[in-house]
Amino acid sequence: MTHKEMDITGNTPRPVPSAGRWTRRVLIAAVFIYVGVLILAPIWALIAGAFEEGIGAILKALTQPDVLEAFWLTIKISLVVVLIQLVFGTLVAWVLVRDHFHGRELINGLIDMPFAISPVVVGYMLILLFGRNGLLAPVLTALDIKVAFAVPGMVLATLFVTLPFMIRELIPMLEAFGVQQEQSAATMGASSWQIFWRITLPALRWGIIYGVSLTFARALGEFGAVLVIGGGVQGRTETATLFIYRALDERQYVGAYSAALVLGVLSLALVVGTNLLRRREVNRS
Amino acid sequence: MSTVQLTQKPSETRVEPVYRAPFPWGRLGIRAAALSYLVFMLLIPLAVIFQDGLKEGLGEFWAQVTNPIAWSALILTLWTSAVMTVINTIMGTLTAYVLVRYQFPGKGLLNSIVDLPLAIPTLVTGVMLVILFGPQQTLGAWLKDELGFSIIFSPPGIILALLFITFPFVVRAVQPVLIDLDRTQEDAAATLGARGWTVFQRITLPYLFLPLASGALLSFARAIGEFGAIVIVAGNIPLYSQTAAVYVLGEVESENRLGASAVSMVMVAISFSLILVVGWLQRRRLKDKK
Repeated sequence: MTHKEMDITGNTPRPVPSAGRWTRRVLIAAVFIYVGVLILAPIWALIAGAFEEGIGAILKALTQPDVLEAFWLTIKISLVVVLIQLVFGTLVAWVLVRDHFHGRELINGLIDMPFAISPVVVGYMLILLFGRNGLLAPVLTALDIKVAFAVPGMVLATLFVTLPFMIRELIPMLEAFGVQQEQSAATMGASSWQIFWRITLPALRWGIIYGVSLTFARALGEFGAVLVIGGGVQGRTETATLFIYRALDERQYVGAYSAALVLGVLSLALVVGTNLLRRREVNRS
Repeated sequence: MSTVQLTQKPSETRVEPVYRAPFPWGRLGIRAAALSYLVFMLLIPLAVIFQDGLKEGLGEFWAQVTNPIAWSALILTLWTSAVMTVINTIMGTLTAYVLVRYQFPGKGLLNSIVDLPLAIPTLVTGVMLVILFGPQQTLGAWLKDELGFSIIFSPPGIILALLFITFPFVVRAVQPVLIDLDRTQEDAAATLGARGWTVFQRITLPYLFLPLASGALLSFARAIGEFGAIVIVAGNIPLYSQTAAVYVLGEVESENRLGASAVSMVMVAISFSLILVVGWLQRRRLKDKK
């Protein structure tokens, strides 16, 4: 970024030409006020709200069996989703970058769809497919599998919602990496699997780490889709977000606020932690 | 910044003709696996919405969409998203501009705060806003009593929630372009006597048009479907503060399948066209760059 600070024309000191000192101060202040009111104040309110009755109340609320169960279900679903996305996300990214076939551009555009589709609609799509009167209902009854209002449906919903993250992280990495290194390995007699494990995968390391952390964070916080397909039955299909929703409804405010705080901190820690790790590695090299 | 540098390479690698797939089961097997994953996970669920929405014919579909409650939910969703997009575009551009062009204490912190909304579940965002502005809370009660203005359980709450969630989109779309922008032209204009705002409007803004448009449309597309934050914040009063996503939930719960499918279909169609436009804008920008 440093070269941007230099003047291309060779003229020395450049106080920003487009704004005077006061304009500049006003603009910076405006941004800080906007971010402060819009983003920081609500975060502070959540922390204050959760701690209102002291840390004891938080701990008591969070160790209720239904809360623990809800968080445990969220973590289980997220882990399964991350594993599936890890395999299929890598596969899809690989095919979109390396393989050549008609309609690749179109598919590339479709990948972003889950990002813009309402989670409620996602859950509803799955009901139309797997619900009582759904298109696949006869197949499911024959095989005796329950998808709607059960955990498999919630996994599917979370998969749909998190589909773009892994792929979008890996595509630019794969494009940047190119094929030269793989080709030289192949010339030296490495097998396909050896090339993939020893060369391609390590090169994609950071894309995979970022993809996993974003997928995980998104899965932890999914609400609308799992509400519609799972139904939020306490003790069976109630995830952490669904617990928060119910707790608010039942006016258990301490429980709702502290669960929301824990969920927010968990996803933040994932994303911020990955960034810090990355920065440390960049600094070291 | 390293990615900017890295992405310049692919053009040379593309020339490579056939390359042995690094999987034992061959290229076709991988292609089939990847495509079937996308078909099952993405295309079939999307297609089912259209199939179900149009099952009873266009007339019935239209009747469901124009039913007063559904129609007002769709209109509310569109106008709140539009207001958010306008504010977000202005404040997002300003934030990106300040972050790129000015040096000030707290810059690094501000830059990290921009990403916070991406990492916070939207349901949690809704809870935060209710705590801060809710009618039982100090700030919310004060606003209501002194100014007669309520944020929570009314459309302003929806806009606020949408602003929180989509804040990173415009900033992160504009920021890299502003960093790459060659400032010779701005300097030239300034030398010729153009004032700050004129330089920004005539020189800087046209450069930012494509990334701004894609960032703004992306936040609009994201806002159309938002549910978690809104369901908490909006109060969901039909004909007043019930958005399309919340309406669909209600219809699913009351088993009005046709109504749910018709409104879902409209929402999917809007998101779909917006995503296609955003993709096209981003490709055009890449082409411009070359």
